[in-house]
Formats: sequence, C-alpha cells, structure tokens
Amino acid sequence: MTNLNPVDATNDQQADDIDNYVSADYEHGFVTNIETEYAPPGLNEDIVHFISNKKNEPEWMLEYRLKAFRYWQTLKEPTWAHVSYPPIDYQAICYYAAPKSMEDKPKSLDEVDPELLKTYEKLGIPLHERAALAGVAVDAVFDSVSVATTFRDTLEKAGVIFMPISEAIQKHPELIQKHLGSVVPHTDNFYAALNAAVFSDGSFCYIPKGTRCPMELSTYFRINALNTGQFERTLIVAEEGAYVSYLEGCTAPMRDENQLHAAVVELVAEQDAEIKYSTVQNWYPGDDNGKGGIYNFVTKRGICRGARAKISWTQVETGSAITWKYPSVVLQGDNSVGEFYSVAVTSKKQQADTGTKMIHLGKNTKSTIISKGISAKHGQQSYRGQVLIQPKADGARNFTQCDSLLIGGDCGAHTFPYIDVKNQSARVEHEASTSKVNEEQIFYCQQRGLKEEDAVNLIVNGFCKDVFRQLPMEFAVEAQALLNVSLEGAVG
Amino acid sequence: MLEIKDAVISVEDTPIIKGLNLSIPAGEVHALMGPNGAGKSTLSKFIAGHEDYTLESGTISFNGEDLSDMDIHERAAAGLFLGFQYPVEIPGVANHYFLKTAINAQRKERGEEELDTAAFLKELKKEMSELKMDPQFKSRPVNVGFSGGEKKRNEILQLALLKPKMAILDESDSGLDIDALQVVAEGVNRLRNQERSFLLITHYQRLLNHIKPDVVHIFADGVIVKSGGFELAQQLEAEGYKAFA
Repeated sequence: MTNLNPVDATNDQQADDIDNYVSADYEHGFVTNIETEYAPPGLNEDIVHFISNKKNEPEWMLEYRLKAFRYWQTLKEPTWAHVSYPPIDYQAICYYAAPKSMEDKPKSLDEVDPELLKTYEKLGIPLHERAALAGVAVDAVFDSVSVATTFRDTLEKAGVIFMPISEAIQKHPELIQKHLGSVVPHTDNFYAALNAAVFSDGSFCYIPKGTRCPMELSTYFRINALNTGQFERTLIVAEEGAYVSYLEGCTAPMRDENQLHAAVVELVAEQDAEIKYSTVQNWYPGDDNGKGGIYNFVTKRGICRGARAKISWTQVETGSAITWKYPSVVLQGDNSVGEFYSVAVTSKKQQADTGTKMIHLGKNTKSTIISKGISAKHGQQSYRGQVLIQPKADGARNFTQCDSLLIGGDCGAHTFPYIDVKNQSARVEHEASTSKVNEEQIFYCQQRGLKEEDAVNLIVNGFCKDVFRQLPMEFAVEAQALLNVSLEGAVG
Repeated sequence: MLEIKDAVISVEDTPIIKGLNLSIPAGEVHALMGPNGAGKSTLSKFIAGHEDYTLESGTISFNGEDLSDMDIHERAAAGLFLGFQYPVEIPGVANHYFLKTAINAQRKERGEEELDTAAFLKELKKEMSELKMDPQFKSRPVNVGFSGGEKKRNEILQLALLKPKMAILDESDSGLDIDALQVVAEGVNRLRNQERSFLLITHYQRLLNHIKPDVVHIFADGVIVKSGGFELAQQLEAEGYKAFA
C-alpha cells in the first residue's frame, strides 16, 4: 500500500477508542455438559499404552508411539519463536478425554449422544446428512475422538476413504503404515514428537488414482474438556491424478486456563494430484487481559511427491492465544506447485508466529506465498517464512508477498524471511509491506455513507481479498464474517 | 440549504476559522477562494463532520437540521458530499463494490430499500461513459494506481451516483491538465440543477472559467473578507490575494 499516512495512535483519545472497539464476544465459548472419560493427567509410557489400548491399536502402532515418546523425552521445547508464555507443565495436562457415550462406538448418527449433535448444530455444523451443507462431508472430532463422519457411503462409492484416523489404523493398516510420519516424522520437532506419541484421533482421507473427490471434505475440531490437550492427526493421500479439497474448522469453549493443541497434518500428493487444504481456525483466543485461550502449536506439511503435483494451503486464523504454525510444502516432483495463502489476525493479547516453508527440490518447481497479517489491540504477530531452493531445482520460482496491517498503536508486526537459494537459475521474489488502517481511509468511507465499523471491515476485507478468493465459497463468507467479529471494536 | 453562522472552528484548541458566516441556498454554486493556509480544507472537512475539527461557537445547519449532532455517515446520508482534494486509496476493494456499498449504506440510513444491482450497473456504465472513464476502472481497487486526473474523475463519478443535495469540491482542479479539467467541469455542470448546491473550494480562477459560480467568496485567515459575483474572481486573478488582505 502506498500513500498511507501513518496514524498517530499514541494519543489517549485513540487509545480509548481502540479499547471501545475491540470488545467482540467469542460466540463459540459455550461448554457442553457431557460425561467425559479422562486419562489421568501427566505423560509417561503408561499413558501412551492407555491411549493405544483405548483405540484397540495393533502392536506396530503402539511401537510407533513409544518410539516417538522416548524421542520426545530427549527434546526441549523450542524457544526461537517470537512469542512469550509461562512454561507449560506437560505433566499437568490430560492427554485423553472422550465423551462417555462414545465408549461403545455408536454405529449410526441416531446412536450419537444428542448433546454432542446439539453442540455441532450450535456451531453451525449439522451432522445429520439431510441438514448438512450441500456437498460437504464432515468428520467431527470432539476432544480426543471422532464423533461422526457424514456422507461416508457417497464417498465410498467414489472409492474415497474418509474416516477417523483411529478407524483407518484398524481398517487400512497398509496405507497408514506407508504414509503416517512420511511427511512429518516423529523426529521433526518437539510438538510433532509429542503428537506422534499421544495423538488420539483426526481424519484420514485417501483419494485413489485418477479420482476427483465428489465433495468437499471437512473436519471440525472441538476442544471441550477442561485441562485437556488436543492432539489430532490428519493424513491426506491423493494418488496419481487425484483431486481433493479439504476444509478444517476449529473452536473451543472460553476457559480461564490455557489449553494445548498440538496437531500434525500430513499431505501426500502423487504425480498430477492436487490437494487444496483450507483452514478456518477460531480457537478461543483468551480474554482482553490475556487470560485463557488455546496454545496452537501445529505442524502441517505436504509433499508433492510426483511431477506436476500441487498442494495449496489456505488459512484464516483468527483464534488461539498463541499460534506456532508453518504449513509447508516439499516440492519434490518436477514442475510441482506449492501455494500458501494466509490471513492471520492477532487482537486482544494474542501472539502468533506463523508463516510457511517452501522446499524446492525438483526442477521448475513453483511456489507462491501470500501472507496477510492483521494486528489490533495488543496483538503481536510475526511472519516467519522460509524459501529453500536446493541445487537440483533448476528453474525454480518463488513469489512471496507478505503484508501487515496494523489497527491502533499498541500492536506489532514483525517479518522474518529466510531465503536460501542454491541454484543459479532460480528466481525468487519477496515483497513486503506494513501499513496502518489510516484515519483518512476511514473518514473517506464514512463520508460516502459507511458507519465507522463498516468502514474498517471494508478496508480490512479489501486487504485480505487475495486470500479470501482462494477459499471455497461457503468458507469465504464465513471467513469474512469471522474477521469482522474478531476486529469488532478495534477502532472507535 | 447550508447555513453557517459566526462559526469559530478549532483544531487541537487552536482556532483556524474565526467567525465564519456562509449561507448557500438550494441550487446555487458558490466558490470559496483563498490562499494556501487560509483554512479552506479545514472548512470542508469540518462541514463533513471530521472529528479533528471542533465548533467552539456559532451554528451549522443543513436543510434546517443542526449538523453538529450528526455523525459523518449521517451527514452523508442527509445529502452532503465531499469531493476530496486527495482521494484516498482502498486496496482490494473494487470501485463498483465500494460505490454500491456506499449507496446502499446511505439508503439504509434514510430508511430506503437497497438498490437493485442491475439498475446500479446500468447507471454506473452510463455515468462512466459520460466522464470518459475506461470501463476497467469499474473493477479496479478504489483509487489504487489512478493518476491524479483519474482520481478526480472518480470523485465526480461518485458524486453523480450518490446524488447528494450538496457537494463540496475541495481543490477539484488541482493536478489536472486542461482536458481532464474540462471533463470534471462538464461533469459538475451536468449535475447542476435547481435543488443541488455546490461549494467549490479553489486556489485559482481557472476552474471557475469552466464552472460559472453564482457567488464568489474571498477567504483569508479564517474569515470571509469579501463576497461578490464572478467578477470578484477575475479581480482576484488580476490583483492577487494581497488586494484583499
């Protein structure tokens, strides 16, 4: 953006105005009263056995978990991110929580606890297929277990497998053994090791060769239980020439305690396959004083294994107290394509250190990074992105655009780009800008008839447009609305 | 239509306008001429309701309504339009979307129904061709990458579609070459009618050769020092502001 006059946000009037503005309520903050079965808090090999046992896992899975757990014990929590929080006591967290009614697996939706169904309805995710969003199949994960997966029959007919990963471990062990940990090994980082040891559920999608998945797939994550971490694991495999669009949504109740969410998502795209992964993340961000909220420490990575494969990450991140997340693409196949489109909002006392990694291995690989960061109130946001061009990646190209928008004078935006080019024929472009929503822009809109709040929404939505248009239609509308709610009251 | 009486207007407790009287009846075009720093832009932003400007004493009313109680967007809905000296850029927001949003916001404020999209697009197309604007400006982000002349033309386009009761045009001629000036002037002349008033704020007589005002005010150091007909503008051009100080 050009021609933006800096706003003098230090005067008291504006500080007051900003306080008035950012008073939006978190509408998903309710708690579902449901009987829950917990594992005792703390983490040791017994807990790993307990989780594996709960899931009736085969021996090889237990071994995988134990290996990861033992490795995790040798690791230290990373401290390089530009965020600060009190030390996490990993022995105080509960690593498994499940609604009691899920003990004897319900065979159909009719057997699912009505309280659970109501929860999802309240969140706008009806799980009854007749009421469901047209063309979207949903897997609903509540605390540590998947409660329902819709449209499974329709998908099965197309040859698509879409089920809780816990079920896939039983039913498709060969696929899980082949792919689990193949993109994010348990040795990848502290949180990935932790996840590999204790993950309880998540979604598994498999799109066979030459198949275009007939509907959007979606997983909706909900953390309900107190003092519980959610460690979900998602694995998506698109075989040669396959296509899938996958959506992920997340919410949690308002609680005064911080809760840990350490997920791992792995994507595998074979030759000519395409995976489009979209996230609308709206975990509880904590209150205005920074009390409560989710710690969202997530490892997401995809690999374009074959030629001309394409993986695209689109994310709208408005929630969580602290975010540590870098959805990445390994571009192994020649001519493969990686994309990252992100809108991240930090308001209240939220902190986010987020970005992406594009690892170019194959020839003529191409990546695009569009990152839009918005900070308001006392939000602190860092973009951290790596573009690595390896020696064999002849003709590799990257374009990065990284824009930050500040609303008010108490927030911050930081950019940490890491560009590492080991091939002379590569072309890497990086553009970055930081701007403020300026009073003249708001005045201009107001003079044309918009209310102040609508003016801010219009300006912010314009700022995010390049990312929103990458989202599937229903999600784009939701994302826009979510953004407006997140920034309510950010300017007075 | 617009009545300002004995207005003292300050910015951060410093009076900029020191006892202004201005009355613009319906259908008249007034020109306010003054040197740099006379407070011309202060006046236009103050009328529009910019919160940096405070009415210390005096009154301001629009069609009999006290403006001092009204928010910026309420004044806009009441029919007050300000053409900006430096139109603001809004990246990512398409021109047509902005216009439609603005029109509907005003209509909503007035309790009217939303505008039909097809009718809006038809009118937009017509007005853009009147202003000799390339159709691609419809979808481009508001004022982003527009030249000075294109921005000013875009202001007149907004004026034509928002159909205000009164338009204040702040230095609409600045930065325009002669062709662009003519397009803008023709646009304004076309929009002149019995009900609509204009206040042209300008440094030079140039614009007034194309848009003939009914009344000319000479404005210096926060007060109107002289009012008269078009001949006043000619006298000013010949003798300079010094003659009126």
